[in-house]
Amino acid sequence: MTTQLPPGIQLENIDDRIMTLNVGPQHPGSGHMRLIIKVDGDYIVSCDPDPGYVHRGEEKMAEYRNYIQNIPHLERPVIHDSSNILYPYCLAVEELLGIEVPERAKYIRVIAAELNRCIYILYWLAIYGIFLGHSTMFMWPAGDRELFIDLLEAMSGARVTHAYLVPGGVRNDLPANFEERCLRQVDYFEKRLKEYQAVFYKNPILISRTEGTGILSRTDAIRLGTTGSVLRASGVNFDIRKKEPYDVYENLDFEPVVMKEGDSYARSYVPYLEMFESCRIIRDAIRKMPKSGSVRTKLKPNPKGGNDEVYKRVESGRGALGYYIVSNNRPEPYRVKISVGSFRNLICMPYLLKGELLGNMPAVYWSLNYWPVEADR
Amino acid sequence: MSTIAPQFRLSRFIGSLFDIIFWVILIFSLVGLPIVFIILFYIKMPLVNNQMLTPYLAMTWMADPSRTLPIIKSFIHTTLFHVMAFPGFGFAALLAAATIFVERKFLAKIQLRVGPLYCGKIEGILQLMGDGLKLISKEIIIPAKADKPIFWVGPLLFVGTAGAFVSLIPVARGWVVANPTVGLLAVFATIGFFPIISVLTAWAANNKWTFIGGLRALHQMIAFEIPLILSLLSVVILTGTLNLSQIAESQQHYWWIVFAPISAIVFFICIIAELERIPFDLPEAESEIVAGWLTEFSGMMYGLIQLGTYLKLYAFAGLFTVLFLGGWNGPMVWPPFPADIVTNGITIGPVTAKIAGLPLFDQDMLNGTLWFVIKTVGVILLILLPRGVFPRIRIDMLLHTGWYKLIGLAFINIFIALGLLYAGVLGPGGLIQ
Repeated sequence: MTTQLPPGIQLENIDDRIMTLNVGPQHPGSGHMRLIIKVDGDYIVSCDPDPGYVHRGEEKMAEYRNYIQNIPHLERPVIHDSSNILYPYCLAVEELLGIEVPERAKYIRVIAAELNRCIYILYWLAIYGIFLGHSTMFMWPAGDRELFIDLLEAMSGARVTHAYLVPGGVRNDLPANFEERCLRQVDYFEKRLKEYQAVFYKNPILISRTEGTGILSRTDAIRLGTTGSVLRASGVNFDIRKKEPYDVYENLDFEPVVMKEGDSYARSYVPYLEMFESCRIIRDAIRKMPKSGSVRTKLKPNPKGGNDEVYKRVESGRGALGYYIVSNNRPEPYRVKISVGSFRNLICMPYLLKGELLGNMPAVYWSLNYWPVEADR
Repeated sequence: MSTIAPQFRLSRFIGSLFDIIFWVILIFSLVGLPIVFIILFYIKMPLVNNQMLTPYLAMTWMADPSRTLPIIKSFIHTTLFHVMAFPGFGFAALLAAATIFVERKFLAKIQLRVGPLYCGKIEGILQLMGDGLKLISKEIIIPAKADKPIFWVGPLLFVGTAGAFVSLIPVARGWVVANPTVGLLAVFATIGFFPIISVLTAWAANNKWTFIGGLRALHQMIAFEIPLILSLLSVVILTGTLNLSQIAESQQHYWWIVFAPISAIVFFICIIAELERIPFDLPEAESEIVAGWLTEFSGMMYGLIQLGTYLKLYAFAGLFTVLFLGGWNGPMVWPPFPADIVTNGITIGPVTAKIAGLPLFDQDMLNGTLWFVIKTVGVILLILLPRGVFPRIRIDMLLHTGWYKLIGLAFINIFIALGLLYAGVLGPGGLIQ
């Protein structure tokens, strides 16, 4: 059959050995995205990630709302990590409007951000467990998340979408006896984390499945522009909390987690170890925090930004998360651009999956610390 | 689309049952009884023991236990009862249902959950019934491009093959549906059908995921069937028979797991692989291939496959018990039937009734069944346990385990068994004393 094709469109060469699989968007192992995978037997020949199924136009929406109205909807891309996705927005708006943040508020922000990072990593770990067929590893983190969700609920009043960080500080002060409660729960949580190691990370089947699969070398990790735990698992010591400290991270005592292997196991182990560091940061922040004082600098009603542009980034659960805000003397921002870690980590998936077994696909895919909703914005 | 009425009320349902019973009785007494009496008027009733058999007399006999019990007892020993109820389908399905409930609660306890809780008030004991009702009431969807006859017959074949497997398992001494001389060979033949069914239904569904799942099932079952057969060879060498009842009988003093521990371990691993349970659940690996060869099944077709899977689980656990754990053998713990009831009869108020044909089941059989159930449930729990502890294995590792490691391990125990035999420690069927 010879049909005249429009210019620029080619028919694909069809090979009888190659089968094309559409993994997603309605597939239990894909999330809100599609992977077009071509397999030869059980080996993956090529992989083409196709995100964009949950694009919600957050950046465009931000151009029609003023700086305060933007807070609640900008956290929607990652509701599990809502403090961290608002953090660079608050930093950027503060610089744009020239606001000083009270010292106590800076510490509270750090505590909220680290609690949220743990919540995010636990959720991610739960899905990593079920992707590998380990149902206990789905239930345990999903249950232990409740500890920190309860803490953030006590702080902000909401369980998931907190909108707790605002330009100028935090929305409200900590509740009474928060410090003791937080330390108690962090202690318990660290005990639980050690049990995860016994059931999951030291499991011989898990190790044999993930070790040596999807290796991302140090040079490739830098060249492909990956970020966050993927970058650190490939041996690059890059953590924005250390390299470009914001708020009070420079006063706090912690070490970025770096592993050299660069395989799926390392990529899944780095976030786990980061939870220990988060616990360390929370303890340190509670010790060094001023015991009383203001937590929020009140803004003028409907504040106007100058004719200016600003870029701020933080280390989120998935890597560098930056906001680029352009303002033109109006109450609304002229342009808000969100640079997210998920989208930057997605780019290495075609490189990693080529030549792998189909059975390795979930292990490699989810180890990239990718959150489809955030990547689409 | 068929659904249960949204405003389902149990009280109304029971009320409607009473309504139906009322109308049945009313119509029977107004219409049915007159018709019966008109017919009886024209029929000459037979004489039994010089008594005319009137309907009154027939009903008296039906209520007389000394006449009904022998009938029940002889019914118990018919093949129909064996297939339907006790060593066959009914017993296995009951154990399978209990297994599903225990699996859910057991896994929930491992995973710090509660499991089914509300259905049936007590710890969600009726959850399985609710699930069954849901599956029956769901629409059965068949893909447009599917090969319909084969797709329809797949679940039925699966349950049928699992039932055939169940029928070969001896539960107590003399209590087995089919007792061929080459029982173990019959077991192998039955197991050999499962991959064929998987591949047939997978191909018939005409879906990429079922196709990959079916091929995986085929690879997996063939890779594990050979070590499975080899691991049982040592038991056959030690006992000198292929009959499952005789193998169980030969373990009166000690179990074969003592002399063939490696075989038992290999066989246990092969069981998990044959049952497609975690860590070997590749044919149904959710995150990779949706639900594998079960992807296109819906409604009661899926329910039948699940029923077949759990029957298979029971049958494999029973086979392990019979071959390695002594089957029905165990200390006599069941209390004997009270002797004075047999000799003197039962005194109920002023009447002393002597009932022939008691007890229905002898003590030996009940004791054997008890031990068999205890051991089988233990093995089933061991099979369920890995689901809470292990992730899924990968296909290359799976094939490597099956073809390289397990076959070698199975051979080791064959040589041990041969050594024991030729050294004169064991004769066919027991220790040489």
